[in-house]
This record gives sequence, C-alpha cells and structure tokens, in this order.
Amino acid sequence: MHIMEGFLPPVHAAAWGLASLPFLVMGARSVTRVTREHPRAKLLLASAGAFAFVLSALKIPSVTGSCSHPTGTGLGAILFGPSVMAVLGAIVLLFQALLLAHGGLTTLGANIFSMAIAGPWLVRTLGGPLSLAVFLAAGLADLATYLVTATQLALAFPDPVSGFLGALTKFGGIFALTQVPLAVIEGLLTVLVVNLLIQYSRDDLDELAFAPGVVR
Amino acid sequence: MRRINLWLVAAVLVVAVLPLILPLPRGLAEPFTGADGQAQAAITAANPDYQPWFSPLWEPPSGEIESLLFALQAALGAGLLGYYLGLRRGESQRGRPDADRARRDALAVAARD
Repeated sequence: MHIMEGFLPPVHAAAWGLASLPFLVMGARSVTRVTREHPRAKLLLASAGAFAFVLSALKIPSVTGSCSHPTGTGLGAILFGPSVMAVLGAIVLLFQALLLAHGGLTTLGANIFSMAIAGPWLVRTLGGPLSLAVFLAAGLADLATYLVTATQLALAFPDPVSGFLGALTKFGGIFALTQVPLAVIEGLLTVLVVNLLIQYSRDDLDELAFAPGVVR
Repeated sequence: MRRINLWLVAAVLVVAVLPLILPLPRGLAEPFTGADGQAQAAITAANPDYQPWFSPLWEPPSGEIESLLFALQAALGAGLLGYYLGLRRGESQRGRPDADRARRDALAVAARD
C-alpha cells in the first residue's frame, strides 16, 4: 500500500495530505484524551502502535505469487476507536519513509489516508460475536487500505483507453487480490492478541470499557 | 483459550506458507516480488513520460542495511508488545493474594505435618 516517493502528481499528493490533516489533528486530541483519562491504558496504546510496527514490517507471500504486508491498524481501532490510529499509523509510515525509502514524504498524506484512516475507520461499523467481529474488522480494515491505495493510484494515473475504472481494475488486481490471504492472517493475529488481552489484561480492557460486541 | 490460540498460530503459519508450496501462477516473470514495486512498475509502463518529482532523502545503501532496518522495526514492535503482555501476565498472577495465601498456608500445613 506504500505509494513510492514522488509517484503521486503534486496536486494529488497535496490533496491527500489535506484530507488526512483533520484526522491527524483529531487523532492527536484522542491520544491526549486517552492518556489523560486512562493513564493505566497508556502502555496498551503504545502496544497497539507496536502491533502496527511489527505487522507492517512483515512481507508475506501470497497465492498470487507476489508479496505484500499487513497493516496492523485494526487492533488499535478496535480497542481505542479509529482516530488514535491516524497518529500511530503516521509514526509507522514516517519511520518507513525516512529510514527505509519505503513510501515517501510527498506520498505520506495518501499513505496515511489509506492505512491509518480509511482502514481503521471501517472498523467502527462492525459488531457481532467478539472473535468474529475482531477477525472481520481487522481483516477488512487491511483489505480496505489496499483498495484505497488502488483508488488513489487509479485517480492519479487513469488508463488512457479505459479511464479510471480500467486503472482501478489494474491496480486493484495488483493490490487487492494479493492482500486477501494477508487480510486473513491479520484477522487471525488480531484475534490472538485480543484473546491474550482478555486473559491477562482484563483491567486495562475494563478501564477502556471494552466489552464483547461493543462497536467504537 | 490457550488451545484456541495455538490453533490461531497454526492457521497463520498455514496461510503464510501455502503460497510457497502451491504452484506459482503462470506467466510470472519473477516470483514473490513486492506489490508496491509492481504498482510502481505498472505506473511507469502505462505512463512512460511520468517522472517522479521527488526522491527519498535517504535510501538504505544496500539490501542488507534495508533488511536490518526492517528487522529492527519488527523487533521494536514485538519487543514492546511482548513486554506489555508479560508485564500484565505477571500482574494478573501476582494480583491474586487469596490464591497466594491459600498456597502458602497449604505448604505450611504440609511442612508441619
């Protein structure tokens, strides 16, 4: 889902940056609020960021014969609500842009929008039995990120013949299909971490009023 | 719960390893390249005139340094997550004074007898 440095025309890069900005401001305020109201949950918040750090570093092979990586942003959104993930995801993307030449500063806004905003915000809409809800939320957030990246690229580089839709099919083919097994992996790992939290970290979950079926 | 978690880990391993065992899709120039790179190549192929207008300020000088930094990223994340879960696991076990006292009393009784 990383759009490489310089690979979005300036207008698109600026527009996605502007679109991400209000979410980043809201996210920063949410982080401040969580740390002030629930000081006990600070370490859990950092751990949700850490989960995104690990998962987005793992390049995993897919049945399409190419490699991609999960995002890890669903977990934090499930626990704290989606807005904090704009900030945590931005930290991950900045690390990768500056140290790994993976993604970039000019495409940071677009990449934040797909991974740290669009994915996590989708999580809100899901409910149901806990494990299934967590699995679907994390997996679909992962998939949504890659669909948004495909849309961003199709908007910037519409096909000369088939236009936006043709380009969307092309970029969607590269990203979305590859991502399906990875989204399953991300869903399973997120359920695993939530299981461990329920087992060992009940107090932190209670502090956040986390309960089965609660949709944030 | 513990058994479910083991199954989850097993399922993750199966989904991750299966693509390496299954036959590769036909017409693949190079197996298991990154999707990000493929998208970049598709852009360049369809728009040969497009020039990236900005380049990374710093790039890892070799594949080794790049893998070092990726490993560092994963290690930092896994380290913090492991620290957190270990800390809370320890607390949840220490946080049961009744159980501790009962065990100590039982030991004392056993020693006296």
